[in-house]
Amino acid sequence: MTSTATTTQVHRIYIRATPQAIWDAITKPEWMDRYGYGGHYESELRTGAPYRILTTDDMKKAGAEMGFEVPDVAVDGEVVELDAPRRLVLTWRMAMDPVAAAEGFTRLTYEIKEVAGGYAELTIVHELDGAPAHAAQVAGGQDAAQGGGGWPWVLSDLKSLLETGKPLAG
Amino acid sequence: MVTYFLRVTDDDRVFKALADPTRRFLLDLLFARDGRTLTELESELEMTRFGVMKHLKVLEEAGLVVTRRSGREKLHFLNPVPIRQIHDRWIDKYTERQVSALLDLKAELEREP
Repeated sequence: MTSTATTTQVHRIYIRATPQAIWDAITKPEWMDRYGYGGHYESELRTGAPYRILTTDDMKKAGAEMGFEVPDVAVDGEVVELDAPRRLVLTWRMAMDPVAAAEGFTRLTYEIKEVAGGYAELTIVHELDGAPAHAAQVAGGQDAAQGGGGWPWVLSDLKSLLETGKPLAG
Repeated sequence: MVTYFLRVTDDDRVFKALADPTRRFLLDLLFARDGRTLTELESELEMTRFGVMKHLKVLEEAGLVVTRRSGREKLHFLNPVPIRQIHDRWIDKYTERQVSALLDLKAELEREP
């Protein structure tokens, strides 16, 4: 029996939108803040460029209520590969969680494919070797309102935003 | 093709795919360890290779399983997104609080010997 890539997570959703609209939503700061956990996004979006997602005031407030200080940077990493509007590969580290931050960088790939009927297929492939804290965070299945929605909730929210103009989170 | 992709995003397919113990077992196997080959999954079931393939196809059409190639192997991954969408559509909307209260009650009662 072969041993396979058991630490990789795959999340896929079909969205009634063009690949370009999805590309904009995952790369443009003005879109990035409108779904999922939001956060101000900074990147030049070229191969090798660093990028960061900054924490929001809400995140800082929620952290303070639970008794810990939330740092300014939520996620950091680097652009590895870029092929608009089809493929984006990033190194990705959840910098705001000390345990996850210590695991180092994971590898995140967005793949966008046009399918029939005005739909596009968005697939997230998250390679999480040696990163169990990251894996637990992004898998979802916890309370979305407490930050535990992971990729399934973020993608579900992105779909709502692109199809209806409004995110689930309201 | 249009109807095909409307059906892909349709809850019916997900509910139908989940309404079978073998398919739920396959999802549980992938939940425990993701990215398995057909051969690995087949070894966990008392069923022909063809039978397992048929169940995986239903799961794939419902979007609950996504396959990816890795070298010469085809790996099966659990895609939790459709379950999240069902959750957002059905559970959140009506009954989340009551459901979690009932689940807590069930857990509490089952803790008794």
